[in-house]
Amino acid sequence: MHRSFRHAIAFVALVFFTLATARAQLTIEIVGGAGTAVPIAIVPFDGEPAGPAGISSVVGADLTRSGLFKLVGTEGIVPRPSRIEDVQAAAWRARGADAVVVGSARPQADGRVEVRFALVDVVKQTPLVAMVYTVTPAQFRATAHKIADVIYEKMTGDPGVFSTRIAYITKQGSRFQLLVADADGTDPQVIVTSNEPLLSPRWSPDGTRIAYVSFESKKPVVYVQNLASGARAAVANFRGSNSSPAWSPDGRTLAVTLTKDGGSQLYLMNADGSNPQRVMSSSGIDTEAMFMPDGKSVLFTSDRGGSPQIYRLTLGSGAVERLTFDGSYNVSPRPFPDGRGFAFVRRDGSRFQIAVQDFASRQVQVLTTGPLDESPSVAPNGKLILYANEVGGRGILAAVSSDGRVKQRLVAPATDVREPAWGPFPRP
Amino acid sequence: MKRFLIAAAMVAALVGCSTQPSAPVDDQSTTGTPAADTAPGTTTSGTTTSGLSGAATGTGTMNALKDPNSVLSKRSVYFEYDSFVVEDKYKPQIEAHARYLSGNKTARITLQGNTDERGSREYNIALGQKRAEAVKRVLVLMGAQDVVIETISYGKEKPRRDGHDEAAWAENRRVDIVYFGE
Repeated sequence: MHRSFRHAIAFVALVFFTLATARAQLTIEIVGGAGTAVPIAIVPFDGEPAGPAGISSVVGADLTRSGLFKLVGTEGIVPRPSRIEDVQAAAWRARGADAVVVGSARPQADGRVEVRFALVDVVKQTPLVAMVYTVTPAQFRATAHKIADVIYEKMTGDPGVFSTRIAYITKQGSRFQLLVADADGTDPQVIVTSNEPLLSPRWSPDGTRIAYVSFESKKPVVYVQNLASGARAAVANFRGSNSSPAWSPDGRTLAVTLTKDGGSQLYLMNADGSNPQRVMSSSGIDTEAMFMPDGKSVLFTSDRGGSPQIYRLTLGSGAVERLTFDGSYNVSPRPFPDGRGFAFVRRDGSRFQIAVQDFASRQVQVLTTGPLDESPSVAPNGKLILYANEVGGRGILAAVSSDGRVKQRLVAPATDVREPAWGPFPRP
Repeated sequence: MKRFLIAAAMVAALVGCSTQPSAPVDDQSTTGTPAADTAPGTTTSGTTTSGLSGAATGTGTMNALKDPNSVLSKRSVYFEYDSFVVEDKYKPQIEAHARYLSGNKTARITLQGNTDERGSREYNIALGQKRAEAVKRVLVLMGAQDVVIETISYGKEKPRRDGHDEAAWAENRRVDIVYFGE
């Protein structure tokens, strides 16, 4: 563990000096594995650049990071296979591999590169998938993530999230930044910089815009910013506090918490901020709205029962149902994409932990130990939950699989990192 | 204390009924916030803006607010954990500000609610807001005009005191009274 940590620091230092940038690059460490990781061999692709710039090493890093795969060594196999028909199943079985990935990268006349790969089940001795992509060298990383997604889906049955992006907030001294990076932490882009707090980044369902809260005008105001152009607009800037934006699944509506009529109450508005409508009236706090995947109801946090608990509001009927009963502090509901449950934050004594609850059984499973876990964000495949916690007084991000078995830590040097938001699947 | 709060709530309700309902609470940007749109560009943007600066009012009256011997220099109201109850000991201080607001018709204030670091960031925005609104109710009860007071919340985002102990938390569970132009 210590060695991998030093490793991570060395890697981060390298990235920093080569890019000469002060952006907070995250590196991801596995801190707890699934126990039943699938042994897989990723053979270096024929014709690819050697080392970390190669496609195969990015594929291997993606799969390893998921905690569901462990890499089997490929040294000493001569000649190195690059096609399905070259794979000698017995040799790989002898090394303990269940599956083998081979591939090639061939330059084309137009300067692009034809990348081929195949996944072979060496237990059943059958090819599982083979694909070809024609890309520019600048797209090698993105192509590797796509290949990892295909392998992950073939082997686990769930779509991979290696091609997705994440957003998060950093704090360095008094400077706050909202960043967007690839799901593996690479290529962080600064979206907003402010000397006042930023929080609650939320991806639009198509991944083109991010809503967030900025205090730059000395009060909380909700903005929506276009990622491609950088253009933005204040969509909720009413008297009082404007906070906790959430997108409807069709991207047309935002739920927000406003206080313009007294008390923190839920409103729905068009995504450009027009036509805000209060959705209900309560005597206490209503906030942290999140749409269910079908858009027909929202989960939210309210203290109407005397302590903060999670409720569901059905938008058509206005019916409200309390969902959490165990404990005196259950907040920050985040529905799973299959609509069967939600992740949330619960307080146990003085510890704040990430937990999940199933709608049908009402069963609660606590996934983390705290002590200051907050702001969960569910991956678009529902398999991982990204959240913020604190180690040694510094904010870091962490991820836990929704069954609690795989744990990751995302570390950036000398920076407080918080408020993670997992972006949607990329649109084809 | 409980009796005081109930009385405060009742009077606040009455005052709420008697004030003109046309107060500009529904308008966007009633507080002179800066323009929303910043320069375009993919990796935007030095968004630091001046916020409440500028627009200082008469200096003579401002001095009373700054005089360290005046009760008006007391600007913070502190709260218990998870509570938004304004304790009686802050009554003289809040009353002085209510009197100042009544006597200085151009004065405007923001009540900034804050919480300690524990718990959800977004829920803490709402909790800080509830604290600010509780102080506002007392101010209005004591004669201040509803429309000159904006209540906002920083939640746990701007701790006055760093630290993870009760001393820091107690300092951060707070509402600050900030006059426009300060």
